[in-house]
Amino acid sequence: MQLPPALHARLAGAPGSAEPLPVERDPAARTAPFRFAPRPVRFPREHDFFEEGDVQRHLYLQDVLMQVGGAPERPRVPEFTCQVAGCCQVFDALEDYEHHYHTLHRNVCSFCKRAFPSGHLLDTHILEWHDSLFQILAERQDMYQCLVEGCTEKFRTSRDRKEHLVMRHLYPADFRFDKPRKSRGPVMPGAAEQVLAEALGDDGVPSEGDAMEVCSEHVEPPPVPAGERRAYSHRIPSTICFGQGASRGFKRAKKRNKHQ
Amino acid sequence: MWSRQRGRLKPLCCGVEELRCRRREREAALRKARREQQLVSKRLLRDEALEEAEEGCVAMIFGEAEIQQFLQLAQRGTEEKEREGALVSLRRGLQRPETQQTFIRLEGSIRTLVGLLTSNQALLQLEAARCLHELSHSEQSAVVEACLPATSYLLTYLSGHSSDFIELCLYTLGNLIVESEAVRRQLLPQGIVPALAACIQSPHLTVLEALGYALSQLLQAKEAPEKIIPSVLGSTLPQHMLQLLQPGPKLNLGVAVEFAWCLHYIICSQVNNALLITQGALSTLGLLLLDLAGAVQRTEDAGLELFLLQKQPSLLPEGLWLLNNLTANSPSFCTSLLSLDLIEPLLHLLSVSNVVSVLVLTVLCNVAEKGPAYCQRLWPGPLLSSLLDTLAFSDTEVVGQSLELLQLLFLYQPGAAQAFLQQSGLQALQRHEEVAQLQDRVHALQQTALHG
Repeated sequence: MQLPPALHARLAGAPGSAEPLPVERDPAARTAPFRFAPRPVRFPREHDFFEEGDVQRHLYLQDVLMQVGGAPERPRVPEFTCQVAGCCQVFDALEDYEHHYHTLHRNVCSFCKRAFPSGHLLDTHILEWHDSLFQILAERQDMYQCLVEGCTEKFRTSRDRKEHLVMRHLYPADFRFDKPRKSRGPVMPGAAEQVLAEALGDDGVPSEGDAMEVCSEHVEPPPVPAGERRAYSHRIPSTICFGQGASRGFKRAKKRNKHQ
Repeated sequence: MWSRQRGRLKPLCCGVEELRCRRREREAALRKARREQQLVSKRLLRDEALEEAEEGCVAMIFGEAEIQQFLQLAQRGTEEKEREGALVSLRRGLQRPETQQTFIRLEGSIRTLVGLLTSNQALLQLEAARCLHELSHSEQSAVVEACLPATSYLLTYLSGHSSDFIELCLYTLGNLIVESEAVRRQLLPQGIVPALAACIQSPHLTVLEALGYALSQLLQAKEAPEKIIPSVLGSTLPQHMLQLLQPGPKLNLGVAVEFAWCLHYIICSQVNNALLITQGALSTLGLLLLDLAGAVQRTEDAGLELFLLQKQPSLLPEGLWLLNNLTANSPSFCTSLLSLDLIEPLLHLLSVSNVVSVLVLTVLCNVAEKGPAYCQRLWPGPLLSSLLDTLAFSDTEVVGQSLELLQLLFLYQPGAAQAFLQQSGLQALQRHEEVAQLQDRVHALQQTALHG
């Protein structure tokens, strides 16, 4: 229905709404056989009243309502290189660069150069890995915060936290963004580690371990035969975690030493 | 990365008539599905530009061996472009349900895909996410539920910053959510509500629209009133939603549509509407409605609004329902209706449909039953002749409501009965004398009209 301008103005807050007219009911009004009584109506969600709207909604979702589609060309730009020190990835589309930047360079730990998918995980990492005060406090109280946003539980050890993540939040046992900090050096391959290492190995992590140190354009070391690779994987500390910072050069040598 | 699909015209590849026919079929299927409580629709996000580039390559059905090859190449290829290309090929294949089936049955395939999703190669990540998205869109539960191992990561990425990637994760999650209760039983403890609450603060409209979609799927679930809506209401989501529905230059229609549906599902579940009211839901929505109506008015000639609304039959019942609830117990709303001259436009709607007519008459009854002061303002005018018209309807509900209104007018407005007689009201009543639900009231009115 069309809206008189007066109504619009009134409901949008214009002053001077009139006093309501006096209400004066005659009891004869609701006597049989007449039965009208004003009442607000509530429809439960499955009511037929909403059928038309629901159908329109689903047509919309299925994109039938709007015959749209067909986009202009993806904007291509002259090739450019990522400007972050040590990264020489090349791009010809801005959106690709945006994702690359956010994935690898945005939430990077300045201590160990690991990259994280969110500021939240980065903060947690810095706290738990690089904050000595944290370590001291952790000896006396529950400091390991649950990783799920909104959950305020804290735990004594990262192992307890992991168990909570699995049992309470149904997280996978090998959730990548929750690696316990271990002392440097070769890791004793336990059964769990073996599975983990294999999982990492399946990703080609050994090569990505090196990719951490060099820009990703470099050719990764040639794939090693399966048996050897497994041995190699065992030597990667289980502290390897998602993403790696992109710093190059002499760190590679350091990393190699760690592996021996 | 993603070309926005909406808002761009595609050359039609089939005739208009065929489109109409297809649309009618879809509508019928949706109505049937709704009746069976099986209304499941998913959103597929595909990069149109990519599709056009790949034109001519029909998605092939891949067998186990080929899928395995693609996966190995993606994981262990030496050239990054090669690895990416393998995933692109896989993704195209996954557009076919047969390939999807083969994929999920292949041991370790999902695990590998999840590994690629969480790898440190940004573009591999993205392609892996696109593969998952294809799977999430499947109509087969088994395929969709095979994506479950990825959900904790999809949720984690919602706190990231890459807007295209987040958008993709959200649409994937939305598709997964609507599929089955099993999926939702996993997503809720994994913290989907807080994740969405954090994500809704994104400044990116595409992210917001995707979030609205995912949330609307969550709220539409059967178990939502008990298991989901309370925690949504307890989060910061409602206030952000209302903010995104504020009328004004910043209002984005695509975003607003999604969150309007979210609010609808919440409100009609009757969990805690009082809370929404304290957060300003009524004024926000009221002003938004006005704004939208005003936009309709501005863009069309005066006489055409009604025509437009008649083309959108679904709007009228809902608008009138709103009017009913506003006027039922509120003298001031009834007074406003009168003083703002809305009665006549209402009367114009009486010929639209039976449902609409009943609603209009109900609203008028809400006004009339408040007494003589109100009926006086309904009189004289077109009301009587409109009522005489509705008495000619055959629908008993319409006629019944007309009779109720007549009774109120006869009671509170001197001269109404007289005028009714003079305009051949008795004849109009006669045709309903034998109708079971109406006869008592018809006779009572006849008596009143004749004897006062």
